[in-house]
Amino acid sequence: MKFGVVTFPGSNCDYDSYMVVKDQLGKDVEFIWHKESDVSGFDCIILPGGFSYGDYLRTGAIARYSLVMGSVIDYANNGGLVIGICNGLQILLESGLLPGAMLRNRSLQFICKHVYLRCENNETPFSNRLGVGDVLRIPIAHTDGNYYWYRADVQELERNRQVVFRYCTPTGEVTDEANPNGSTNNIAGICNKARNVFGMMPHPERASEALLGSADGLAIFQSIVAFAASGVTA
Amino acid sequence: MSRKSKKVVCHISLKDGVLDPQGVTIRNALAQLGFDDVVEVRSGKVFELTFKPEATDDVRAKSEDICRRVLANPVIETFAVEES
Repeated sequence: MKFGVVTFPGSNCDYDSYMVVKDQLGKDVEFIWHKESDVSGFDCIILPGGFSYGDYLRTGAIARYSLVMGSVIDYANNGGLVIGICNGLQILLESGLLPGAMLRNRSLQFICKHVYLRCENNETPFSNRLGVGDVLRIPIAHTDGNYYWYRADVQELERNRQVVFRYCTPTGEVTDEANPNGSTNNIAGICNKARNVFGMMPHPERASEALLGSADGLAIFQSIVAFAASGVTA
Repeated sequence: MSRKSKKVVCHISLKDGVLDPQGVTIRNALAQLGFDDVVEVRSGKVFELTFKPEATDDVRAKSEDICRRVLANPVIETFAVEES
């Protein structure tokens, strides 16, 4: 199995993602430069965190029109696995591969801290190693992480079980106090209807070995490997 | 007739009902300064596009396309273009 990590100008979690795949999963991984237009040969593409193109205009707005994203969109539409982390999720929202948009955090602050996430759906390629109700401790680091989607559309998102992670208390309660940024329904991670595209604001790659203070994020990457090994397509 | 470059101003604003934390913060600051009759502030963005003089008269349509695809996120924002 081979992962690809896209590097945009301004990506800053590309090496973290690369090292998780290489060192923690022991799988093949290659960087994909943003000017590449060929993303064939990969089994999963990671859009890493950072500030692509300085996040000018809106987060992810410029990256969405980069050469590589045209190919990533085709890849995703053909069923390829794509995971967007933080800025990666913002790019997925801008590109329309995932629904909704990001607003400025309700506090207007850049927030960098560990938060707790409750797994809401473990029947996705990105969460199959978890149980529903499992609580993960993973850091966030963002200014624009306030997930917004229209009320009726959020209900549809919930009905389709596209909400994979929600911000919660350490014991797994989904409360407003546990919502760091004001996201609708405490949403921290969502997938598309087909389940092959997934994005989350928290950084599992920064919590994938005990040395980093938490290894809870590793299960997300292990889920991708387990899914690929199962031979089922999303 | 001199051929002047054409300018279009694009106004981007948040849709009604979309929370604007910047607007709320500015409103609170205004209240503190004594401007307490301001009940709401909505923030937005303005972009000035300069087209080549030889650009045809569809600069408005082009500008709207640019707003729709790039300058505004239609999920949360609306736009208005103004030829100057």
